[in-house]
Amino acid sequence: MKFMHAIAVTVLAVGLAACTKSKQVQPDAGAQTAVTTTDGATTSGLGNQPAMGSNAAGAMTAQQQAVAELNARNTVYFAYDSSEIQSEYVPVVAAHAAYLAKYPGAKVRLEGNTDERGSREYNIGLGERRAQTVRKALMLQGAADSQITTVSYGEERPAAEGHDEAAYAQNRRVVLVQIQ
Amino acid sequence: MRSDFLRSRFRLQGVALLWLALLAADPANAQLRLDITQGVRDAVPIAVVPFGGQEASAATDVAAIVANDLKLSGRFAPLDRADMVTRPTTGGAIRFQDWRLLKSDFIVVGRVEPDASGSAVTFELFNVQTGQPLLTQRLTTAERGMRATAHRISDAIYERLTGIPGAFSTRVAYISVEGRPPAQRYRLVVADADGYGPRTIMESPEPIMSPAWSPDGQSLAYVSFEGKASAIYVQRLATGERRRVSARSGINGAPAWSPDGKRLALTLSRDGNLDIYTLDLATQTLARVTSDDAIDTEPEWSADGKTLYFTSDRAGNAQVYQVALDGAREAKRLTFTNSYNARPRLSPDGQSLALVTLDRGGYRIATFDLKTRNLRVLTDSTQDESPSFAPNGAVIIYATEGGGRGSLAMVSSDGQFQQRLSSERGDVRDPVWSPYPRR
Repeated sequence: MKFMHAIAVTVLAVGLAACTKSKQVQPDAGAQTAVTTTDGATTSGLGNQPAMGSNAAGAMTAQQQAVAELNARNTVYFAYDSSEIQSEYVPVVAAHAAYLAKYPGAKVRLEGNTDERGSREYNIGLGERRAQTVRKALMLQGAADSQITTVSYGEERPAAEGHDEAAYAQNRRVVLVQIQ
Repeated sequence: MRSDFLRSRFRLQGVALLWLALLAADPANAQLRLDITQGVRDAVPIAVVPFGGQEASAATDVAAIVANDLKLSGRFAPLDRADMVTRPTTGGAIRFQDWRLLKSDFIVVGRVEPDASGSAVTFELFNVQTGQPLLTQRLTTAERGMRATAHRISDAIYERLTGIPGAFSTRVAYISVEGRPPAQRYRLVVADADGYGPRTIMESPEPIMSPAWSPDGQSLAYVSFEGKASAIYVQRLATGERRRVSARSGINGAPAWSPDGKRLALTLSRDGNLDIYTLDLATQTLARVTSDDAIDTEPEWSADGKTLYFTSDRAGNAQVYQVALDGAREAKRLTFTNSYNARPRLSPDGQSLALVTLDRGGYRIATFDLKTRNLRVLTDSTQDESPSFAPNGAVIIYATEGGGRGSLAMVSSDGQFQQRLSSERGDVRDPVWSPYPRR
């Protein structure tokens, strides 16, 4: 049993290292507004820097910096029983789409989730439907089909514990995970 | 008829009594401790007298297991040992007036004796009022062990008194989750139907869901996200050996065994939509069953293996449908009451479906009569899901929420009594009742 625990902890630690940033995002309408106004600046800022140059001193490349910024804002939240992207999250999707369009070798995994209400396998379907909606939006904005994979966790991986509307609102989400 | 008398006693609405009973004989063994927290008023009083030939140090107390099984069924109220003035071990030694004074309706006495191949257990069941013997059996423990023998005795007594076969020799599989998001750990567990001896079949830092017993009770199919995406595995319980039977791109979900055990119905999203397929396990041949833009999932086979019941939201919200596997494959909608019906499971007699319904704002367990099309809501909480029939059809186990954690509960299929089974650690969910063991 202890051996299995050690394996599980190791696997989990590796998994967490890859995903840490993506799990920390909270919905915050104010921050979203800020992104909207600077969104254009971010894109053009990237364009001004030398493309894909690697820095001998080990500082982040432009692409790595872009990913870091995307990871800070990579979750789209949904209304109850809906898979529609609400207007406040359109910039989130747009930023990821722009990155994918710019770096054709980049890949993103869309993780669809639901709140806990209703049956589990049906919620797998709902999570997938949300991920597919984000996929279509990304492709409309320049991402290629081959850059996108989707996975649905249904209600199985909640971001927030709790059985109230506040927790439910945090769990109805698609996380856009940039995988290098 | 005696069983009619008993059945009429059970036809009672009533507030449940609150009482606790420990199921696991050895708490150190039981990682999951199932405590009965709600019983039923007017359960039939029965005295199960400690069996002879068992010292206080006996590892397996047969009478205690039998009493506990009968109590778990919700239909019997075993007499406390402390109230037993005498402890007869044979029918001839019973003074029935003693037990009438204690208000027992029935009495069970027995004894354990050495036998060529181990032990033999003999028991006798009597009607206390009339002194009439109802049942006597002698069982040897050789192959099965003492605990299994005790459950067989419970099965025999239960059937003699209710007319319904007992389900005490069966098992339950469920998922147990510990830790807090995002660091949760998932285990697939199998325990006896009384909660004893939980055994971890598989564990993972990634979600496990939808366990399903093969019809022969030898294997479990389940969904695992261990590969970072969902895949379906079939694991043989005796050996632990497992095969990954579906890892197609996209979703692999909701495995359901055909009645002959040769096929799985399952869900795939490989064509961009979540649809139902059947998979021949020997040949790995896939056959598509649904093909539309809706979410189609949670397939369940009819008893003749020719149709599937399933959940679909093709009408705008989740409802239960039926589709024939041959021919035109036109799905027929079955449920029209309430705005959400999902996760159909067929009763052992094939007459009804257990399902999850959204009833007055709460997700509850209901049965749907396939003849009358009547929906009957059985539970009254808000987050009930995953109903599964015991193989005798008398009881449904399901997942519910208690004290902020997922726990299991049982409700009789006629809704007359409920029991909540609270767990010590973590969240328990996705319970599924095994078939009868092979004899």
